[in-house]
Amino acid sequence: MIISFRRISCRPFIIIIGLFAFAFKLSIASENDTLTHHTETEFNPGSMIVEHVIDSHEWHIMTIGQKHVSVPLPVILYSSGKLDVFMSSEFHHGHQSYKGYKLESEGENKGKIIVEETGAIPLDLSITKNVASMLISMVLISVIFISIGRAYTLRKGQAPKGMQSLLEPLILFIRDDVVKASIGEKKFEKYLPYLLTLFFFIFFNNLLGLVPFFPGGANLTGNIAVTMVMALFTFVITSFSANKSYWIHIVNTPGVPWWLKIPVPLMPIVELMGVFTKPFVLMVRLFANITAGHIIVLGFMSLIFIFGNMNPGIGYGVSVVSIAFAVFMGLLELLVAFIQAYVFTLLSALYFGMATEEHH
Amino acid sequence: MELVQPGIGLILWMTIAFALLIWILAKFAWKPIMKGLKEREQTIDEALHAANKAREEMKELKFSNEQLLKEAKEERDNLMREARKIKESIIETARIKANEEAQRIIENARENIQFEKLAAIHDMKNQLALLSIEIAEKILKEELTIKDKQKELVERLIDDVKFN
Repeated sequence: MIISFRRISCRPFIIIIGLFAFAFKLSIASENDTLTHHTETEFNPGSMIVEHVIDSHEWHIMTIGQKHVSVPLPVILYSSGKLDVFMSSEFHHGHQSYKGYKLESEGENKGKIIVEETGAIPLDLSITKNVASMLISMVLISVIFISIGRAYTLRKGQAPKGMQSLLEPLILFIRDDVVKASIGEKKFEKYLPYLLTLFFFIFFNNLLGLVPFFPGGANLTGNIAVTMVMALFTFVITSFSANKSYWIHIVNTPGVPWWLKIPVPLMPIVELMGVFTKPFVLMVRLFANITAGHIIVLGFMSLIFIFGNMNPGIGYGVSVVSIAFAVFMGLLELLVAFIQAYVFTLLSALYFGMATEEHH
Repeated sequence: MELVQPGIGLILWMTIAFALLIWILAKFAWKPIMKGLKEREQTIDEALHAANKAREEMKELKFSNEQLLKEAKEERDNLMREARKIKESIIETARIKANEEAQRIIENARENIQFEKLAAIHDMKNQLALLSIEIAEKILKEELTIKDKQKELVERLIDDVKFN
């Protein structure tokens, strides 16, 4: 199965890497005029880890000496009725301002683009590292699943093969053991496309986040905006597909003493809070789990440099232990990647099931 | 902390792109995949059903085969029994016929014997008569003189010779 996965999935990877190789060239070329007023600061693990975990306007790949190698990304800004679109390489990693905008390099707004004169933050709709990573993963997911879909129509009545046989168990698992089990035989088909997309989007991005180099490495599913959008999708679908008995259950919870509802509507308040805490918890769980995993791995890596700053010998010695722990964490993260995707999907399915449940 | 502050740009792009992804996958991936899976499940179901049915039919066929065999055996037994009966009756009739024939032959033989006997008796009688005549001649030759007595004697002798 692994062999066939490699064979099938090579093509989209090559296309994506090829596309970005072009951007690479541009970026390296633009580095040649980089100003060299770098002040070599001491290694700061905290800021290094946060920089790796949060979003950014360029896709940093590596730093060789004083030279930063990164993929520039489009910046789209809207401020005072004016739309500005340019590549993030114009900032030269925060050393230059462009069109009156500046990439803040320290303070509260570190990493954000501000208006140079006023210090105000414009409406930033840039294709950031996470947006780019999201688009790449979406192209990858679309290519993979549309080709699998084609395989079902082209190879009708034949045994699954290659990519199809690799992912079919997962699709069946989500369909039968998650969606059908949570929502019920009658209504599950309506929610299946959303939940399958949700599962594979989270799963693929969790895995891509574990790849330490381009085009992986973006902490997409560990970004609160991304998990928030997915939680909102689940919330909106739950609310719109909820039937009468679901709302009655919230307003007038059955099986609860009347004095918990009148005169102080304690239970309705608790139930109503539950409606909002459910997606909130979905959002926080995925964000925290994935970000924590990234931070731990980065922490182990930082150890090497902390000790290396003291004495290169100790740094080499610690690297063995650090790598061992990082490998262990990486394996654990593989498990977490699946479990978190599964949990998000399962809970979404359960909420849909609760919203559409028939009470007799 | 920027870590827990959702960026507005990412929210916007994510919402648009994720909705698009759901739509694209629903239309071009999940629909054919689910259709294919359902069809395959149905095919497997039908195949299992057909296999079960075939097994049932086989069982029935086997049963009817056995029935046929049993009937054939019975038929054979019947035929054998009848043949034996016919054989016996043929032998019986043959024996009866043979008996009758034998009886007839014996009867014939007896008749023949009777006939021969009568002929022999007749012959004997004739010869006796001849003998008697010879005897009478001899007696006559000796005692021709006493004629009356001799004649009486001859007649008495003849009567004595009568067999039946």
